[in-house]
Amino acid sequence: MSLHFTGEHEWIRVEGDVGIVGISNHAQEALGDIVFAEVPESGRSLNKGDEAAVVESVKAASDIYAPVAGEVIEANGALADDPALINRDPEGQGWFFKMRIADKAELDGLMDEAAYREWVKTL
Amino acid sequence: MAETTDIADLHGLPLDAWHRSRGARMVPFARYSMPVQYEGVIAEHLWTRESAGLFDVSHMGQLTFHGDGVDRALETLLPGELQLLKDGRLRYSMLLAEDGGILDDLMATRRGDHFYVVVNGATKYGDIEQFERRMPKGIVIDHMKEQALLALQGPRAAEILENLAAGASELSFMQGGAFTIGGTHAWISRSGYTGEDGFEISVSATAAEGVADALTAHEAVKPIGLGARDSLRLEAGLPLYGHDLDTTTTPVMADLQFAIGKRRRAEGGFAGAMRILAELENGAVQKRVGLAVEGRQPVREGALILDAEGEEVGRVTSGTFSPSLQRPIAMGYVATALGAPGTELKLEQRGKLFQATVVPMPFVPHRYHRKQGA
Repeated sequence: MSLHFTGEHEWIRVEGDVGIVGISNHAQEALGDIVFAEVPESGRSLNKGDEAAVVESVKAASDIYAPVAGEVIEANGALADDPALINRDPEGQGWFFKMRIADKAELDGLMDEAAYREWVKTL
Repeated sequence: MAETTDIADLHGLPLDAWHRSRGARMVPFARYSMPVQYEGVIAEHLWTRESAGLFDVSHMGQLTFHGDGVDRALETLLPGELQLLKDGRLRYSMLLAEDGGILDDLMATRRGDHFYVVVNGATKYGDIEQFERRMPKGIVIDHMKEQALLALQGPRAAEILENLAAGASELSFMQGGAFTIGGTHAWISRSGYTGEDGFEISVSATAAEGVADALTAHEAVKPIGLGARDSLRLEAGLPLYGHDLDTTTTPVMADLQFAIGKRRRAEGGFAGAMRILAELENGAVQKRVGLAVEGRQPVREGALILDAEGEEVGRVTSGTFSPSLQRPIAMGYVATALGAPGTELKLEQRGKLFQATVVPMPFVPHRYHRKQGA
């Protein structure tokens, strides 16, 4: 299992060729109270950097980008009725979608957890 | 809401350190650094409706107008009934451009020999310039730069304020008076921007921290940021200048006809009167309406309003997720013919379509403290 982070505060937890994608604790804190999340449909093909999902706080909408290319295999159904789950458990139960990763080499361009946590401190 | 303002150019409110010590997240607003939230927007919003919230609105412009015939002078630029406004009474009004467009909305109070007027923070310097240029000569305008303004809003506000400012709970909605609070002079009015019962408290900037401390010492009072201020006023159906009101909107379009005094409708004599009186007679082309949006996703300022055929018939000027109603709500302008409550419309935002219905405002009922028979 490996955990990687993007410069847009998404995380992807990888096991085999499946990655689970969500937003970091820093991101949920910056957004404030989340009132809506839109997740991609199963079967959707994503390139790295594509708009994959949308998260809305009371004040503003934010796009969530695909950390790597792949195909969506499952979306988190719990977010429709309980978008605040993202605030409560952003790096666990508040995941957005699962994807089958097309090219694991793309993970090399992402930060590991230690690097991400260090970088966030500088913001 | 965030503006592209250099952090270095931002002013600090009198309570700047106080906000930060309470964990406020500060953002640029109206050329000030202001608290957008402390604990969280939704928690602060709900607390205000259930208990009492303290807002720092010191960014707003507090002005006094002195001079002979000051009420008549103000009436040349404001459409409200000011000559008959009783001492200590407040009136919601608008500063109008010569073409009837709205330059700002404001609260005007007769205070003995002068008028006390509170204008929006982002527009205050422009307003002062307008007043100075267009008011009849002989009127002296003072901008109270060393004055702070706090708002205490919510069902417990009266009980809490009464302990600190004896007699304040006797005020009725839209009435103000001079009080002592924690040993300092204050002008307190029963008014606000949330739809709840509440008070606006004007004290010198040096006294602001003491008053804020005294109020928040009560466990029923929490500090509330700009985020919740916006969701509260939107639920209350109250327009925000610069978004729901601007120079292209007239009082009639904005559904603020109630602010045009009966005598003023008959006599005119205010900026833009010809156009505004014609709109009162014939209707305006567009009107401001409330929108109940289907689903859970907020539809915000800038979204287009479409009719059943997909034709553009208006625009959304404010929108959010309503914490009290747990659904998205919005305000916008639509062709008057489509503005009746119950009208089904479509909203388009970032390429996505939403169903919406025109609904009367406020979305959440007002709970103003009106005296019997008032």
